[in-house]
Amino acid sequence: MQKKSKALLGLASALMLSSALPNLAIADELTLCWAAWDPANALVELSKDFTAKTGTTVKFEFVPWTSYADRFLNELNSHGKLCDLIIGDSQWIGGSAENGHYVKLNDFFDKEGIKMDDFVPATVVGYSEWPKNTPNYWALPAMGDVVGWTYRKDWFERPELKKEFKEKYGWDLAAPKTYDQLKQIAEFFQKREIDGKTVYGASIYTERGSEGITMGVTNVLYDWGFQYDNPKKPYEMEGFVNSPDAVKGLEFYKSLFDCCTPPGSSNVYMVESADAFKSGQVAMQMNFAFTWPGLYKDEKVGGDRIGFFPNPAEKAHFAQLGGQGISVVSYSDKKDAALEYIKWFAQPDVQAKWWELGGFSCLNSVVNAPGFAGSQPYAQAFLDSMAIVKDFWAEPSYASLLQAMQKRVHNYVVAGNGTAQEALDGLVKDWTQVFEDDGKI
Amino acid sequence: MNISNSIVEKAADATAKVTPISVVRRVRGLSDRAIAWLFIAPAIVLLLAINIFPLIWAIYLSFTNYRANRPNAAVEGVGLRNYERVLTDPDIWQAMQTTAHFVFWTIVLQTVIGFTLAYLIDRKFRGHAFWTTVILIPMMLSPAVVGNFWRFLYEPQIGLFAYAVSWLSGIPTSDIRMLGDVSLAPWAIIIVDTWMWTPYVMLICLAGLRSIPDYIYEAAEVDRASAWRQFWSITVPMALPFIMLAVLFRGIENFKMFDMVTLLTGGGPGSVTEVASITLKRAAFESWATGRASAFAIVLFVAVFGLANIYVKALNKVKQR
Repeated sequence: MQKKSKALLGLASALMLSSALPNLAIADELTLCWAAWDPANALVELSKDFTAKTGTTVKFEFVPWTSYADRFLNELNSHGKLCDLIIGDSQWIGGSAENGHYVKLNDFFDKEGIKMDDFVPATVVGYSEWPKNTPNYWALPAMGDVVGWTYRKDWFERPELKKEFKEKYGWDLAAPKTYDQLKQIAEFFQKREIDGKTVYGASIYTERGSEGITMGVTNVLYDWGFQYDNPKKPYEMEGFVNSPDAVKGLEFYKSLFDCCTPPGSSNVYMVESADAFKSGQVAMQMNFAFTWPGLYKDEKVGGDRIGFFPNPAEKAHFAQLGGQGISVVSYSDKKDAALEYIKWFAQPDVQAKWWELGGFSCLNSVVNAPGFAGSQPYAQAFLDSMAIVKDFWAEPSYASLLQAMQKRVHNYVVAGNGTAQEALDGLVKDWTQVFEDDGKI
Repeated sequence: MNISNSIVEKAADATAKVTPISVVRRVRGLSDRAIAWLFIAPAIVLLLAINIFPLIWAIYLSFTNYRANRPNAAVEGVGLRNYERVLTDPDIWQAMQTTAHFVFWTIVLQTVIGFTLAYLIDRKFRGHAFWTTVILIPMMLSPAVVGNFWRFLYEPQIGLFAYAVSWLSGIPTSDIRMLGDVSLAPWAIIIVDTWMWTPYVMLICLAGLRSIPDYIYEAAEVDRASAWRQFWSITVPMALPFIMLAVLFRGIENFKMFDMVTLLTGGGPGSVTEVASITLKRAAFESWATGRASAFAIVLFVAVFGLANIYVKALNKVKQR
């Protein structure tokens, strides 16, 4: 009888355990939201280690770039529970912090000994801080990214082209250091016949619908002297956004668009620019660094045929920051597990593997390691680029600010309406209105 | 007495016995009108919930500074300020003009081509059923597919459209920038919309043409009316209510045009193809200026509703002639 009772008890326990196990598995599942692109695939691979270590499964919700902001900002604004972790765009930080979408990470970082000094300073400011330049952290720098350039090294190395270029411009055909040099190279290749095919100078961002042309034109504007506002008086934009130097920068971008881009380049962003390069249409291509590993692996234009260089300089030397930080969504029911993931992701060995797999680590110990610059052909260009980054407004109303810039700049550069001065004067007017609506001025 | 009827009656009696008397009495006591209301009520509730309530809510929001991405912020009444901003915003007037341009030209082209096609198909030539199906294909495609398909066709370097125009005109393909040229981009969208929706107008016109009785033409033949006379005096007047109906449907649809513009140009180059619906979407779901966007939506609604009402009155007059 006693034996029978024990056996029944054991059976009952086993049944209870077996029914409880799936529930445990569900409770230990995290959902991470991000854009659908190459680094996301690398993160899937990397996260297998997290699952192996903790037993927590990581589910991924990836959305194409074209609907990334719409989809996830809607999710956050509606307090949705879909995402436990989100890798949100750098411009979202202000709004997400002020609207309570992200968990503030200061206490967690202090408790776990995660120091922001360990990360590349520009990425901490760009991806983690709100208000900017204050020690209030809403994300861990996750994916370093910046606008840079790739070029057709094999074309640049052709002796006949080198000779012709030198005779025409008086300097050696090589990766440009200034924008004037870049334009000369672009003009040199524009409508040139190479291997029986007509090729063009450069592919630059011109996309109208989301953020494309802004992410492109700012690279040039920064270098000519454009500033978002008076460094001594926030939100004072007159004479900074539309300064004579900024006007010259915008005129230069238009001249580059007019002289040296392939026909039909009126709506080009990341994908279209990469496609123009991969299909052998252009000698140079402006694009975010995340595209570099994929392009390097490309059978037709990669390997020895591709070269990388950071944004050229002019009066100043800057590059548009891309990339994102990883945040815990405050509406998640699994915040502890999400924080556990961030703790794991911040570890130096995980960050090193992240870089190896095709992600761009922001950890100093990875990017400053002795062998880093030689670890990939594009590593040096990435390092140089990350040292000169500058970001767009990260204000809660960044989308209105972005829309205004998209419209004003596209109107001048692509549609050819008005002058650069009118475009930037109009931009000051639009941005002033946005900040007035926000009660900032 | 019919046997089957007696069985039905018996079954009905049995059911009545099983059903509680109070319910039976209650239902039996209802008038036809009340029963009709009982059946219509769910539909009305649904209509109120998904159409009328959002409209009233949008009207309320249009008088506030509410922003959907800041649900915790205090909502304050701003009077008519949102309407003032909307009605004095040059960008919104620009978008309205662009929309009017699209609506006008797409309606003109679709009506003329659609009616012509319907007239030709109505001749019932050999293989007309096949050609009717072929003509209807664009209408059956998804706008996303059509948008992407035409984006490639318009490509200056590889697009068939640029190639065909170049072959006909001698202009180099690289100069035929349908989506990147300020003067061509609006027409690029009008062409695609016309290609896609002319079959719809054709179908409605065809229904109108088929509804004209043959004896009227036979009488005209007896009176020796010319083909041109028959067309102007019989075909056009009798098909006119159908044509006007097609114009009404396409007008309302094109006033809301969004998907095709987004896919083809994203509103560019500059803002030359930014129609009202894109401006509204940007204000509502990118800038999250919910109050102002609601005011803009109400202005658009009043404009469409007002114009449609005037048009329907004209349509009724034509039908009564």
